[in-house]
Amino acid sequence: MDKKEQVLAAAARTAKNMRRSIITMTHLARGGHPGGCLSATDLIAVLYEGFMRVDPQNPRRKDRDFFFLSKGHAAPALYAVLMEKGFLSPEEITDFRAKTGRLPAYPSCELTPGVDIASGSLGQGLSVANGVALAARLNGTDQRAYVMLGDGELHEGQVWEAMMTAAHFRLPNVCAVVDYNKLQLDGPLDEVKTLGDLRGKWDSFGWHTLEIDGHDLDAIYDAFAAARDWSEGPTALIANTVKGKGVSFMEDEVGWHAAAPNDEEYASAMKELS
Amino acid sequence: MKIAPREAYGRALVELGRENSEIVVLDADVAKASMTVLFKEAFPDRFFDLGIAESDIMATGAGFAVAGKIPFVNAYANFLLGNGWEQLRLSVCYSNQNVKVVGHNIGASSAKDGPTHLPLEDIALARVIPGLTVLEPADAAEMKKAVRALAAFAGPAYMRVGRMPVPVVTKESDPFVLGRANICRAGRDVTIVACGCMVAKALEAAELLSALGIEAEVINLHTIKPLDEDCLLASARKTGAVVTAEEHSVRAGMGSAVAELLAENCPVPMRLVGSRDVFGICASYEEIQEYFGMTSAKIVEEAQNARKMRFA
Repeated sequence: MDKKEQVLAAAARTAKNMRRSIITMTHLARGGHPGGCLSATDLIAVLYEGFMRVDPQNPRRKDRDFFFLSKGHAAPALYAVLMEKGFLSPEEITDFRAKTGRLPAYPSCELTPGVDIASGSLGQGLSVANGVALAARLNGTDQRAYVMLGDGELHEGQVWEAMMTAAHFRLPNVCAVVDYNKLQLDGPLDEVKTLGDLRGKWDSFGWHTLEIDGHDLDAIYDAFAAARDWSEGPTALIANTVKGKGVSFMEDEVGWHAAAPNDEEYASAMKELS
Repeated sequence: MKIAPREAYGRALVELGRENSEIVVLDADVAKASMTVLFKEAFPDRFFDLGIAESDIMATGAGFAVAGKIPFVNAYANFLLGNGWEQLRLSVCYSNQNVKVVGHNIGASSAKDGPTHLPLEDIALARVIPGLTVLEPADAAEMKKAVRALAAFAGPAYMRVGRMPVPVVTKESDPFVLGRANICRAGRDVTIVACGCMVAKALEAAELLSALGIEAEVINLHTIKPLDEDCLLASARKTGAVVTAEEHSVRAGMGSAVAELLAENCPVPMRLVGSRDVFGICASYEEIQEYFGMTSAKIVEEAQNARKMRFA
């Protein structure tokens, strides 16, 4: 198997385990945002299996790459991949949204190894990534900064400020991923407030923009590789995804933006994900 | 001798930049006003103009800190803390990042620019956030020490910097320790707690009061948070009457911080000098300070009022 095949095989396993963890966490916690976790899962799985240079033994290692989950409500997806990669132990799955432990409802860099900035208030992650990337440039390192943005999150004006910043400073080590699942808390994104020509917007802001199927592991791999190999400036991956992907009754259902599976739903989802 | 705090700030940043290569400076298109232009000229590689984008600059500063740099993030105080407040709260403070946030043109100091440009609420916005150190040096001499102290301590901090020249009233030899207030005049009859340019006015007021037979203790509260509780309580217990003076609204500002402390631990009569629920006017620095009551005469009046309340 070549490197890509190995990564895809690992990512497929990781994505499946992540989905099971996400369902389990939200079920046990009786809360959370499973829909937007499941839509982002395949992207995060390929990123961590194939591209992130991280060290679970030393999460703050100086030469690490950075992943900022700007859409902080997808915290279970982040915790799930951190469990797969050994930053967190599998037993901690019971700690999501718990009073004690290391898995708060939204990511905290003070509590959780492998998390470099808190998120939960939308719109801030891309700016943070730009800061990290500018620092890496000053230090002469090739560290990369990845950001996962929600599509509804793009309503936040700060994201567009940061898009200008990354383009102005020509930061090739910044890669933004838009989890374009087209549903948000109040309903379909196009009804709440449309993003219009999303790809054209990123393009016109000076970004190298790729549009992919966010559940096609092969395409995701190629896109991250293209982003890594692009030296002119920042890359945006507009990933067309399905909210709730992988659990049939959650797919494309706005009600699963913020809702926890009950006992029956949990059993049914886990059966689908077995 | 009068020196603009911003000039002292700009020069201090350059000195610091020479000694410490991890220092980076971010500005939101006001480098000529904030005087970070001096740093830009000395260290162009470590200066970043993020344009007119205060939300972005705040979180970008947090990113620099994540990567181990010591960023000084600059903009006009009300725009930086207003537009960048949620970023300050989440990406800087809750994330405990080593970001130095510097708000410029504070209080009445942008004068004729008028109400839209007079930050009278930034102490309030800063001091409600857990873990954020809040500073306002008294003058140019203290500014130099403050910049150095900010860089030497690891953690989020907010510092206020004024635009207009103000008297230099502290000495090179005065100590400067974050969180440790300086008593710049000892007295037994009333305590005047001041920060920033109001320290000079408090000292003037103390002289005027002395002529009336009232000996005021003047405390330079350069660190507004964390409060030097021991110093403030000891002085309040000694004098039994306290006046605060700040170039800021008395609502939720420095005086309010002192009032919270005293109300819980040593309730003594207290008067607060600063603006009172008004936006301001377009006028000269002196005229606006007069309009807000940020004057030595007002401090004298309130010191007498506080003493009257004590003996009432």
